[in-house]
Order: sequence, then C-alpha cells, then structure tokens
Amino acid sequence: MATAAERKKLFGHAENNYLNCTKGIRSWIFTLDHKRIGVMYLVGVTLALLLAGVFALILRLNLWTNTSELLTDAQYNQMFTLHGAVMVFAFIIPSIPAALGNFVLPMMLGAKDVAFPRLNLCSFYLWILGTGFLLWAIISGKGLDTGWTFYTPYSIQTDTGVIYATFGAFILGFSSIFTGLNFLVTVNTMRIPGQGWFKMPLFLWGLYATAIIQVLATPVLGITLLLLIAEKAMHIGIFDPKYGGDPVLFQHFFWFYSHPAVYIMILPGMGVISELIAVYSRKKVFGYSFIAFSSVAIALLGFLVWGHHMFTSGQSIVVTLIFSAITFTVAIPSAVKVFNWLATMYKGSIALTTPMCYALSFIFLFGIGGLTGLFLGALSTDIHLHDTYFVVAHFHFVMVGGTLTAVFGGVYHWWPKMFGRMYNDNLGRLSCFLVFMGFNLTFFPQFVMGARGMPRRYASYDPEFTIFHQWSTAGAMVLGIGIVLGFGVLVYAAFKGPKVAGNPFGAASLEWQSSSPPDFHNFIHQPILHDPYDFESMIYDEELDTYVPKEFMEPDKQPATEPEPQTH
Amino acid sequence: MAVVEPEHEAHDDHHDHGEFIAHHFESAEQQFDSGKLGIWLFLVTEVLFFSGLFVAYTLYRVLHPEIFDQAHVFLDKYLGFANTLVLLFSSLTMAVAVRYAQLGKNQHVVWYVLGTMVCASAFLGVKAIEYTHKWDQGIMVRSYFDYHAGHHEASMPLARALGVSDYLIWISIVPVLLLVGFALFAVFAKLTEKANAAFFSACMAIAIGGYFIGALAGHFYMELTDGGIGGRSEKAAALMAYEDETHSDHEHTDKPADHHDESAAEQQKETSEIAPYEGPQNDEFDQDIGIFFSIYYCMTGLHAIHIIAGIGFLAWILWRSILGHWRSDYFGPCDYVGLYWHLVDLIWIYLFPLLYLID
Amino acid sequence: MNLLTPLLAQNNIQDVDGIPTPESSIEHVGSYWFPEQASTFAGDIDFLYMAILWISTLFFVVIIGVMVYFMFKYRRREGVGSEPSSSHNTALEIFWSVIPSIILVWIFYAGAKGFFEMRVPFDDAEEIYVTANQFNWKFVYPDGDVSKELHIVVNRPVKLVMQSDDVLHAMFIPAFRQKNDIVPGRYTYAYMRPTKVGAYRLACAEYCGEGHSRMRTVCVVHKDEADRKNTTQWENEKHPGWVNGERLFQINCSGCHSIDGTVKTGPAINTIWGTDERLSNGSTVKVDENYIRESILEPSKTLVEGYGATGTLSKMPSFQGKLSDAEIGYLIDYIRYLKDPSKFPDRDTLVQPPAADGTGATSTVPADPPADTKPADSQPAENTTDGDPPQDDQASDGSTDPKTDNQDQEN
Repeated sequence: MATAAERKKLFGHAENNYLNCTKGIRSWIFTLDHKRIGVMYLVGVTLALLLAGVFALILRLNLWTNTSELLTDAQYNQMFTLHGAVMVFAFIIPSIPAALGNFVLPMMLGAKDVAFPRLNLCSFYLWILGTGFLLWAIISGKGLDTGWTFYTPYSIQTDTGVIYATFGAFILGFSSIFTGLNFLVTVNTMRIPGQGWFKMPLFLWGLYATAIIQVLATPVLGITLLLLIAEKAMHIGIFDPKYGGDPVLFQHFFWFYSHPAVYIMILPGMGVISELIAVYSRKKVFGYSFIAFSSVAIALLGFLVWGHHMFTSGQSIVVTLIFSAITFTVAIPSAVKVFNWLATMYKGSIALTTPMCYALSFIFLFGIGGLTGLFLGALSTDIHLHDTYFVVAHFHFVMVGGTLTAVFGGVYHWWPKMFGRMYNDNLGRLSCFLVFMGFNLTFFPQFVMGARGMPRRYASYDPEFTIFHQWSTAGAMVLGIGIVLGFGVLVYAAFKGPKVAGNPFGAASLEWQSSSPPDFHNFIHQPILHDPYDFESMIYDEELDTYVPKEFMEPDKQPATEPEPQTH
Repeated sequence: MAVVEPEHEAHDDHHDHGEFIAHHFESAEQQFDSGKLGIWLFLVTEVLFFSGLFVAYTLYRVLHPEIFDQAHVFLDKYLGFANTLVLLFSSLTMAVAVRYAQLGKNQHVVWYVLGTMVCASAFLGVKAIEYTHKWDQGIMVRSYFDYHAGHHEASMPLARALGVSDYLIWISIVPVLLLVGFALFAVFAKLTEKANAAFFSACMAIAIGGYFIGALAGHFYMELTDGGIGGRSEKAAALMAYEDETHSDHEHTDKPADHHDESAAEQQKETSEIAPYEGPQNDEFDQDIGIFFSIYYCMTGLHAIHIIAGIGFLAWILWRSILGHWRSDYFGPCDYVGLYWHLVDLIWIYLFPLLYLID
Repeated sequence: MNLLTPLLAQNNIQDVDGIPTPESSIEHVGSYWFPEQASTFAGDIDFLYMAILWISTLFFVVIIGVMVYFMFKYRRREGVGSEPSSSHNTALEIFWSVIPSIILVWIFYAGAKGFFEMRVPFDDAEEIYVTANQFNWKFVYPDGDVSKELHIVVNRPVKLVMQSDDVLHAMFIPAFRQKNDIVPGRYTYAYMRPTKVGAYRLACAEYCGEGHSRMRTVCVVHKDEADRKNTTQWENEKHPGWVNGERLFQINCSGCHSIDGTVKTGPAINTIWGTDERLSNGSTVKVDENYIRESILEPSKTLVEGYGATGTLSKMPSFQGKLSDAEIGYLIDYIRYLKDPSKFPDRDTLVQPPAADGTGATSTVPADPPADTKPADSQPAENTTDGDPPQDDQASDGSTDPKTDNQDQEN
C-alpha cells in the first residue's frame, strides 16, 4: 500500500521537523513541545556536567602532590563541594529522565506529548532557577564548603553560601518532582491503545520506577532543606546541637531522600542499557518481566536502606543490622539485570557501534561498582572503609561508570532521531575507549587507597598515597578528554553529519516509527504497535537506507492500522 | 502567559474536542483522568513534604516529652478550635462548589468558592492574632525564645491607637493593600464596563475581607479574656517561675561537657567556676522549650503558606467560574483544587490536636 | 623510609621507648590492600574483605568473560541475523537469583559478626576521653595526663569516650580498622585492643571544615604502661615555661595556627610578638600579653585583618574555661620564645623544685619556682580584672618579685 514516496514522508529524513517548525527564540523559550524541552535539558545538563567536570579536574590536579600546593584548603573544600553538588543535583539526577526521558518517553508511548506540557516547561525553568542558585553560591564569592551532603552542624556553622545552595537544591527538587509526576501520569494514561504495561520498552519501566522515587522521596529532601535553611537563618534547634537539636536527624532525613536518589540516578541508566543491548544485539530482551520488576523492586527497596550511610554515626546496633540486611537485598535485582543483559546478547547479532560500546562499558564498570557495594554493605568492612576513598571510588563507578556511560550510550543512540544526522562512529568509539580507560585509571587506584586508609575530602594527605593519587589524576585527564571528544563528535554531527532517515539502527520501539528528526506531532501516521523487541517487525528499506515497519513494505497487504494523515 | 503554541495553525480541527481539551489528549476523559492522577500524586508529595515535620515532631516528643508538656500551654486551644471549625466549614463549601461545577452551574460555584475563600482568609486572620500575640511575649523559635508575660507597649502610633502589637500592623500590610487594591480595581472595572473583572475584583475584596473578620474576632477574644483562656497562660507563667527556681541546679546533661578523670579535673573545675563555658548562655529557664515553637512555627507556617497558595488557586477557579467555564464534561480544575483544599484542611486536622491538645 | 616520619616529627614523637626507630619496621607496610594489622579484629575484617574480593572477582571474571566471548562469537556479520533463542527461562533466572542470595547471606552474617566484635566493649577496658575540635585532637588519660597523640599500651583493651566541641568528626585508625563518628551533643565510643607495638596513623574521617585534612595525628602503641607514662606524663614544674607553652600549643592550637609562617585557618604565630597587628576594623593593636589573652578567651572580639569582618564570629572557639590562666601564661611565653629564642632557656633545662623561701625570678632564669614564675611573669596580676585564679594562689601569695613588677609597668 505504502509507496516509496509515502515511506519517505513517514520514515525518511524530514527537512521540516520539530526543530524548525517554528522559528525564533520565543518559540523555544515558551515551547511546550516535549522534544524541544528535552533538547534544552540536554544542553543544560551537559553544561552542568562540563562545569562540574572542570571542578573535578582542578581537584585532581591539586591532589597531584600531597601538600595541596595548587589550592588552599578552603578552596579545595569548595571545589569538591561544588563538584559534588552540581554533578548530583544539576547533572546526574535530571540527565537521563529529564533530557533523554523527555524526548523519548512520549514517543515510546505513541503519544503526542507528556500529560502536562506546561508543568514540563515549568520543570525546566525550575531547573534553570535551581542551578542558578547553586551557581550564585559560587559567583557571589561565598562559595560552598559543606560537601554536597550539607551535614549539620558544619553547614550551620560555616559562613559560605549554604542558604543559596540549599535553596537551589530545594528548587531542583521540585523540578525533579514535576518531571517524575508528569512521567507517572503520562505512562499511566497516555499509552497508545493496545500497549499494555508489558509491551512497553524497558526504558519506560526504568523511568517509571525512577518517577516513583522522585515523587515519593524528593519532598522529604525539600522539607529537610527548608528546615536546614530555617536552622541556619534562625537557629530553630532542630539540627543544631548548640540549641538542643540533633545533627544525626539531619543525616536520617537527608539520606532518606538521597539514598533513593542514588537509584534515581542509576535506574534510568539501566533502562537505557536494556534498550541498547537489545537493539544492537537484534535480540528480544531476555527475561523482560524480571528486568521490569527488578526496576520497581530496586525503587521500593531503595527506600529502606538509607541507614547504610550511617553505620559509623552511632546509631544502635540493631538498626545497623537491619539496614545492612536490607542493603544486601538490593544486590539481587541489580545482579539479575546484569545476567539478563548477558543472556540477551546470547546468539544475538552484535554490532559494536558507539552506543553498544558504551553499553558494554556500562556492564563492566557498573559490575565493579555494584560488587564493591558488597564491601560497604557488610558491616565490619564498612566500618573500615566508610568515608575513605574506597567509598569515593565505589560511587563513582556506579554514577560515572554507570550513569554517565549510560547517558553517553543513550545520547549516541537517540542522536540521529533527535537531529536527523549521523555521527562518526569511529570517533564515537574512540571517545568510549578514552572514557573507559580514563575512568578505570582514575578510580581503580582509589579502591586501594581507600582500603589502605586514605580518608576522603582531604586536601593534603600522607605521602604514602602520592603515587595512587598521581595515577588517579592522570586518569582524570584522559577521562576529561574522552568526555569532551564524546560531546564534540555529537555536536559536530548535529550540524555537519550526514543526513539519516527515521530508523537507522533497526530498533522496534515506537519512537523509531517517525521521521528523523520527528515531526512536531511526533508521528505523521498512527504508529503501528509491535512488541518493542520484535526486530523482525522492522524491515530494511534500501531506498531510504533505513528500517520501516513490515506493514509498509508489503505493497499488496494493508497495514494493520490504516495510516491516517493525522489524529488528535 | 504568552505561550507560543505552533500547533494552532497546524490544526484547528477542534470539532470533536471540547473547548478546553489540550491538543495532545485524545478525549476529555483522558484529560480528566490524567489531571486526576496528577493531582493525587501531587497530594502524595504534599503529604510527604509535611511528613518530615511530623517525624521531627514525633522524635522530639519521644525524646523530650517535658518540652511538649510545658510548651503547649502557650497555645490557645479555643482559637485553634475556632480555626478548625472555620476550615472544616470551608471544606464543606468547597465540596458543594465542586458538585455545582460538575452540574455546570457556574453561578453557584462562584458563591461557594467565595465562601471558601472567606473562610481561608478568616483562618489566616486568626492565625495572625495567634502569631503576633506570641511574638509579643517573646515566644519565638529556639534561639530567639525569650518569654516574658504580658505584652510590650507598641511603638507605632497606629498600633497604640488600635491597641494591638506592632507585629499585627506589619503582618496586616499585605492584606490591607490587597483589599484596597481589589476594591479600587473593582470600581475602575465597573466604570470601564468590564463586568467580569469588576465582579471578580469585588469578590476578591470580599474574600480578603475575611482576614479582617478573623483578625477582629481573634483580637476581641484576646481582649475580652485578657490574653486568652484556652492557653492558661497563668499556669504557663507559674511553670516558668518554677523553671526559674530549679534551673540553677538543672545541668544540661545532654550538652557536651569536658570529661576527664577526677584527679585531673580539679584544675579545670576551678577555672570553670571563674568562667563557665557551656555554649549559649541560658539566662532564664530551659530554653529548649523553644524547640517546640520551632516545630510549631515550621508546621503552622508551612500550612499557612499552603492556605495562601490555596487562596491563589481558588481565585483562579473563581475567575473561571465567573467566565462560566464549567460543564458537566469539563470541571477538572475545580475538582483538583477542591482535592488540594481538602488536603490542606486535613493537615490542619492533624496539626490541631498534635500541637494544641497535648495533655 | 618510614612514611609516618613527618607525622611523628610533627607531633614531637622521638625516641619513645618501645617504638622502633623511624627507619625500621613501624612502617605501615601491611599488604597490598591494607595497612598493618594492629588490633584484634583487623585480621577478621581483612579476611572478610579478601573473601568478598575473591567472590566478586570470580563473578566479575565470569560476567566479563561471557560478555567478551559473546561480543566476538556473535558479532554482526553480513547476512547473518540473530538466531532465535528462548527469551525466558525461569529455572535459569531462579538459579542466578538464588545462588548470589545465599552468598550474600553469608557475607551479611560475617560482616555482622565482625561488627559486634567492634562495637561491644571489652571487659575492664581503659577509658580514654577524646575531645575533637576543629582541628585538634586531645586525649585525656585516666591519670589525668593529656596528649595530642593517642598513647595506648599493647594488648590492653581501650575504650575511647569521644566528644566533639563543634561539628562532626570521626576517629579513624586504619591499622586498627576502627572508626566511629564523633557527634557534638553526645558521647560516642570506640573500642579496640592493640596487638602490636608501633605508631599508626589516626585521622579525622568525617569532613569537619577547612582544616579537615590537617586533623591527623598518630596513635602510639607502647610496650607497657611505664613506657606510656613516660611519654604522656608532663609536669609543668619540670620544664621551662615556653616548653609547657609549646606542648599546650601542640594540643590546642596547632590545628589552625602554624609556627612556620604558613597561613592555616588562623594566622601564623611565630613572629607576631611585639608587632602591630592590623585588625579587620582598620585599627592596629600591639601584640602583647593582654591582646593574646583576649584573643584566646574572646576570639570574636577583635579579628585580624583577612580572617573575617568585624562583628562576625571568629572561626576560633573560645578557650574560656578550657585553659587556666597559668596555661595562657605558658602560651604567651611560647609565643615570645618563637619571636626571640635567645632570651629563653634551653628546652632541656631542668627547673629546680620550688625554693623554700619562694623568692622567684623570671622565666629567663631556669631556677624558678615554676608555679610562681609563669603566671606572675606573663600575666600581670594588676591587669587581670577578674582577679587571681586559684592556680595563681602560690604565685600571688608568694613574694612579688621585682622583675615582674617591672614588666607590669612596661605593659
């Protein structure tokens, strides 16, 4: 039925698309289009990543010698605090859900937009505002030196810009809540007819589980930060021991949010990896329901383990035991995911494209990050390792080795969809290699340092650790080059890369049944629902050099659903 | 908001859409369901937002029950009870308003929403009396807690003329400005024959007038009963006096103190007699009861902010009711704001006994 | 070379009997992963660590091995698609869920068991009070001795009773594998039983502010009580005043003030005596006894330029009630000594026991009645408004010596 011309219109490279359907700065500032908001988020979080990355490099340079020659102690403390705060609040948490999720989620559902487009835009501007407050702490010259955790009573005592920064984090929290709320509602109410829960791509399960955490945990952070601001401004005596307060209560409140927040950071990454492994192995994902439910299980268990950040804080032995036990239960669903990814690759047809390279790096690095979690979950070893570089290395393996590689993998995967142009795959793979090598070089020595007793957040340190720090610093430089190269390749591609049609990778989820870049309404025809991992349903179209739904390639057969010019 | 919606020229095919159905929804039903789920999730976040405070409350109540025993007598439970009634009544009017919106009777919705707003403002008026009365007596958050019975002579002439504290004047500036502003705008709109705007502004002026009803009622209650009878402030004063006496030998056992063996302690003991160092000086009595008021102000303050936000949402509903937007197949926003309002009411239902009715 | 040497030197630990010389075996060699095992539970923890390490390595090698094998075996080839295979296998999935679970239960058990050992007090442990503040450690022993380093005796269990004056700290001794937070407003405890004579690092592990990374000291494990007593015991009477001052400085001040001119959290104090210090309010003040005394007792009253605006709180805590007047006198002596050592006696000059007649001299004369000398010398009684502190009884009761009077007039 469908002629080549029609296929080109539906699935080809679109000159008229969401990027240029309206022009002018106002059309971006006030856009309600989830795709544009996603792109703006992507630009924003990338800038935040680069800024916080620069802080990290300065930190590492300072640690080249053990006597802190580059920075004063106070400057060093500000650097690691700002590195952490900007990375966590302004980059990692919004990176995959708000940037990639915004772009992909409605399209994966076959919908035209998220349920609340205005809320979505509001969420983006809250992100800008919150990040602005964080940065204001720097620009105003006060800085911030509490560590990203804002532990009391030091955060009350210090005269740096704690109020700006916590207010910024508070606003960013609302940004996160609005995104999560929007996604929950969108997934619940706006799936295309026939798309049951178990016909959703696994990325959506990851985002859904993430959204649950965003909605349930972030408000607690909000009130905690408000109380901290009140404590700092008026000394209300909740957290400040000088006024009868309890500083450990702050830790409980903070980690009640911030531990689940760790899963806000990693669950969407796992979702991305589930997509990438399946697409680039051209294999139906193994154990779909196990992966799907493990996301939800991780999200829910994540609420019960916050105390494992506080094993040395003097909480009672019984409480400590319970938190340790629950902590181990989180390991199971994480392990299940890894095994399922491997099983998905079995007998597949594996293409080592850039996104797949990032996905495989993810498995490697997240594997180390997850397994080193066992050392920290076990109580006696944690007492020794707590607050040392071992912990630093562990969470970087999870958050950078995990989330950052997933961000890169996802961005490389959906980049042709976003901008309709292809990147240089070899340079992409080179960036992946540099990131992978640089990352390991940076953080592996930190495990050894930590186990040997190097405490974290030290501007100067015992000379015995110098060699480890120097390896680490060298690795950080390589990592930095890799990240810059990775983005450079993409940005170049967005403007100068060869044009590409709708579905270059042969993926089967709904977002690929559109032109590249997509139309303002996402789909020109009502997308045809298949199983998201039924790669047989997409057939290679030589004229377009892309994959199109099989219904459109059999001229004598009607498509299962009449392609309509437009619906509402 | 100047929202550029490029789809308008792209498809003006609203023929099967209701007037207010966004382009990305398939049907009114889908839009309503989405909104409903959204507002419920939002309410969940609100509950969790308050939950942090409830946890702090519980913790301190368990750890320091004596603080709560001593402190709650400063709160006037009759004023609290009056406010509870006001809020309950406002929930009733809100529920009726939502019902009329479902029936599409916009005129009725206007009156009931207005009733809700008057109640909300009245609640804030009573709250203002409560707050300023406490500030006047130095009942503040922990670090500023400095209780003294009776009240300060007001310094502002206006305050003295009215027989109220300075604080009440300050706090009333915003509602006065709003009231005057809306009243003037109502007249202006009437003159320029903008009927809807005039009616809306008049309604808003009435709604904000509720604040003064509440404040006046609260003020006269305080005047007539000489500082309130629900709070038993004489008893509080007596308690404080008792604290005064016993404080001298009441050591802060939970505060860090220098620990050393007896034999080594002598020297330091002697020096500490000269210059005792124990953190902030407690002049009068156990100021830790200020922690109760820290929690009190946080909880009720946050609740008051929600009431104020609620008044804003209600104003929006009021405006749309005046424009006659509600139909039997489109009443979502009214419904959602109603749910929000009930939640704010519900939170007060918890706050009232937890703070006022401790015994 | 011994990597601890700088730290030992910084803490004036030299030639403590029972501690091998810096060049020999006290080095934290340990294994690749760990510092030396020097406490009873270090061995268990290391065992668990290595057990988890090998289990993890096994799993990791298998996972990555399989991944790499698949990468090559099933790499995309022209004309070869993926082969169909089961997309679900309940038995397999249950298998790889249950096996790790069993291992995890064991790890949890082993960790919890070790944790109990670390958190349950030993019988008849020696109690040592630990005070952490920004950015100093202070250890007070049962017999009243005070030190900046932790001195304990091998094989004798210890209970540290820890408190913080300001913010969160954490006591961390890597060689003992022991760590616990120190929370202001409450006491926390740490138990340990050292098994090896030596010197080990002791660090603050919980971020506590600007000088966090300077909050390092050493834990010295002595061979016996006598040896320990030798080190920790200190009688002010037996030393010249400035040496007492040096020791007090090490314990109380060295976290924030340097004596080599480097700027830490506070100004360096080696050359300030007698100079005109610029204050943040623009005025200058001569650094004399009264200024130093005021700076110690009321640090927020005046701030040196560059260390905060006038009216803001100083980063320095008040030592009101923590240092006696006599001790402040020693500190003043020390500051004077740093400026011009030539006027002062050698470190090892033994101070004579108080003469029967009580007639004293100044600190420059070694043969002073000690309790007499210091306060009277550095702290003119007439200028002290709050009267004589009890410690000064002897001094004020004793005859006033002419030199002291002279100094008073100078001031």
